[in-house]
Amino acid sequence: MTGLLSYKAQGIYCEAGDFFIDPWRPVDKALITHAHADHSRWGMKRYLAHHRSIPVMRHRLGEINVSGVEYEEEVNINGVKVSFHPAGHIIGSSQIRVEHKGEVWVVSGDYRTGESDHTCAPFEPVKCHAFITESTFGLPIFRWQTNESLFADMNAWWSSLARNKKNAVLFAYSLGKAQRVLAGVDPSIGPIFTHGAVENTNEVLRTDGMILPETTRITQEHKSGDIKGALIIAPPSAMGTPWMKRLQPYETAIASGWMQVRGMRRRRNADKGFVLSDHADWEGLNHAIAETGAERIYVTHGYSDIYSKYLSEQGYDARVVETEYGEEHEEKEANT
Amino acid sequence: MKRFAELISELDSTTKTTKRLAALKRYFVEVPDQDKLWCIALMTHRRPKRPVKTTLLREWAAEEAGIATWLFEDTYHIVGDLAETIALVLPNATDQSSKSLTQTIQDLIAITGAKEEEKERFVKASWRQLDKNGRFVFNKLITGGFRIGVSSKNLTKALADYTGQDVNVLAHRLMGNWTPDTTTFEELILQEDPDGDASKPYPFYLAYAVNDEVSELGAIEDWIVEDKWDGIRGQVIRRKGEIFVWSRGEELVTDKYPEFQSFMDSVPDGTVIDGEIICHDGDKPMSFGVLQTRIGRKAVSKKTLKEAPVKLIAYDILEHEGKDVRDLPQAERRKLLESVVEEADDPTLLISAVIQMQSWEELASFRALARERHSEGLMLKRANKPYKIGRKRGDWWKWKLDPLTIDAVLIYAMRGHGRRANLYTDYTFAVWNGEQLVPFTKAYSGLTDKEFARVDAFVKKNTLERFGPVRSVQPELVFEIAFEGIRASTRHKSGIALRFPRMARWREDKKADEANTLDDLKEMLDLYG
Repeated sequence: MTGLLSYKAQGIYCEAGDFFIDPWRPVDKALITHAHADHSRWGMKRYLAHHRSIPVMRHRLGEINVSGVEYEEEVNINGVKVSFHPAGHIIGSSQIRVEHKGEVWVVSGDYRTGESDHTCAPFEPVKCHAFITESTFGLPIFRWQTNESLFADMNAWWSSLARNKKNAVLFAYSLGKAQRVLAGVDPSIGPIFTHGAVENTNEVLRTDGMILPETTRITQEHKSGDIKGALIIAPPSAMGTPWMKRLQPYETAIASGWMQVRGMRRRRNADKGFVLSDHADWEGLNHAIAETGAERIYVTHGYSDIYSKYLSEQGYDARVVETEYGEEHEEKEANT
Repeated sequence: MKRFAELISELDSTTKTTKRLAALKRYFVEVPDQDKLWCIALMTHRRPKRPVKTTLLREWAAEEAGIATWLFEDTYHIVGDLAETIALVLPNATDQSSKSLTQTIQDLIAITGAKEEEKERFVKASWRQLDKNGRFVFNKLITGGFRIGVSSKNLTKALADYTGQDVNVLAHRLMGNWTPDTTTFEELILQEDPDGDASKPYPFYLAYAVNDEVSELGAIEDWIVEDKWDGIRGQVIRRKGEIFVWSRGEELVTDKYPEFQSFMDSVPDGTVIDGEIICHDGDKPMSFGVLQTRIGRKAVSKKTLKEAPVKLIAYDILEHEGKDVRDLPQAERRKLLESVVEEADDPTLLISAVIQMQSWEELASFRALARERHSEGLMLKRANKPYKIGRKRGDWWKWKLDPLTIDAVLIYAMRGHGRRANLYTDYTFAVWNGEQLVPFTKAYSGLTDKEFARVDAFVKKNTLERFGPVRSVQPELVFEIAFEGIRASTRHKSGIALRFPRMARWREDKKADEANTLDDLKEMLDLYG
């Protein structure tokens, strides 16, 4: 990748503006697309992010030197025009638009198109010459159902367990997916409990003004049998740990785009899988890329080889770039 | 069809046996007999002949989905299951169907001989009428292989619960050569039918593995010990003037092993023998590699009969003089078997010798030499117990040899499919030949999910080149590869082929230059090949 942006050992680099976007090694100036740990890493001298990313970044990275911007607000860095645009992935998630001497590049970070909810601003396409896209679900088997039918299934699952006095344990990443679930389920079915990692994130987001249904943190005080008929949201890393004992009797489900594939459902060994993702599906990726009007497409983490070949066939100048994104971002917070 | 698709999705969406059994029973209660029978047939791998070639299905699916065939194929590789890939890439249904399972299957049978255009019309129309689950099941009816976590044991349990019959009686009834076209639910499951199907085999008794804690099994005198021969477990039936040969996979393989026709003259009618089909030169067993030249081939040439002759090494007798003798104690069945084999005096029918040792320690040292006898280890059978059904703990144990092992370097990685579709989990390993690394085997299993995730991360960060789904990586990681056998092969660059290779462990303590060499492998080939 050469031009306005290029790849260095530390991450995506803009030479004209002398800044990095989502770098994976310490640098002086880092622009951050969103607060997930694989994009927002520790050790940068100065951070720039959408202001709604900042509370979670501070929560996870501690005292950092960070400034916030609004969507569409133009920032000038060493003569390079930079702005953030909604990516529809999680709260504060942004595509970063970089303009210099009439050339426009957009780094999309992670994104999701289509329906959204109040936990995250919907994706907005941005015209550009070169577009850097993820390809987590860049295969034609990934097609998301509507939120309505997804949450109808989830509510039905929870209700039927609640009727049998069982708990419904749902594994979802604590930042992003957990809030999507909270915004989508019907809280009148029963009480909602959360794992500490999820509740810590909820607290940060509530303080920042996000409206979520009432949730109760599960603590040492809760003994097996205390909780009945509840929905319990926990990060995937809690699966199969002794922490689960106090939730008995329960059944488990995983909320993830991967649940589309039967083999993956079986590998994860949960009772049920809900196809819920904060990434774009196949149609979403294709649509988003077409809308940018870009000719050059750089495909990063995911099925990058297959997806870039597909884009080339569609007439784009598409190629694969290696990044260090897309690693399971929640393993680290298993015991928090 | 809709109800059957619901059943499959219910079975698939739980990991609990009790829930699966309940779902099956509910299905049996709700659907007509003919659908029950087809359900049983499909779950015991009795599907009609494949009505449509899978290459055509792939083409049609790509067309319907509006994607290029390479994209369909790459996607299929990742999903790992054709029926599922098709179900997922197709656009949503535009129509509905109320056909029963039986009707759907009969339609499929009816188009088997039809012209390609007619098949295409039928398949595409069916896809448009079915939702994702329905399509998945419909495709499975064509491609076969319902692996949905219902073992024949559980299927039998659910049926027993539904019909109120004994599990063991049902297990036996479900065996054999029937299809839904040759019988009815009433006949197969409900009626007493002593002179029915002459070919019907008995369910095999299977052993669990025991490790080095054999001394906990009690006094060695209580056990009958034999070699565990390395061939194909089979059942040879001599009934009503005919011979039937069944493999353990419940496949009728009579025509593949014409040698056993000699039992017509040597073994009395009404005899069923359980044993190991192996290649044998008249003097001693030949290696499994020789038998492999016969497995999978339909026609048996004269050359094959000469170069790879099979014999049956008898382990057990299940039917004697037309009577089921499975309930006799092991020791008594053994006596019967000895008399039958002796009277037969047939060079194609051998008996597995009983190994007599004074102590477990003595037996352990005998076991250590098994590979030299072309045996995989030992079988331990409790002398006073009957022949059971399926895999049961307690009375039969297999005490296998430790596998052979070699340390090798990971050089290529390919993305896995199915359960591992987003990880690099399929590896090619190499050993040193001078300064060069020579690939000699692939292995996909043996690591924990955590280890796979770490190797996956290594692969992504240390890629040298990409070839489609395959990446060559920095030769740094060393793994201990375990395998059951080794033989010469002209098809492999290294000149050797391994049997059941897998990763025994990740040798994080070793550097690449500490891996084994091609000479080490060749030495093993000389010893055990």
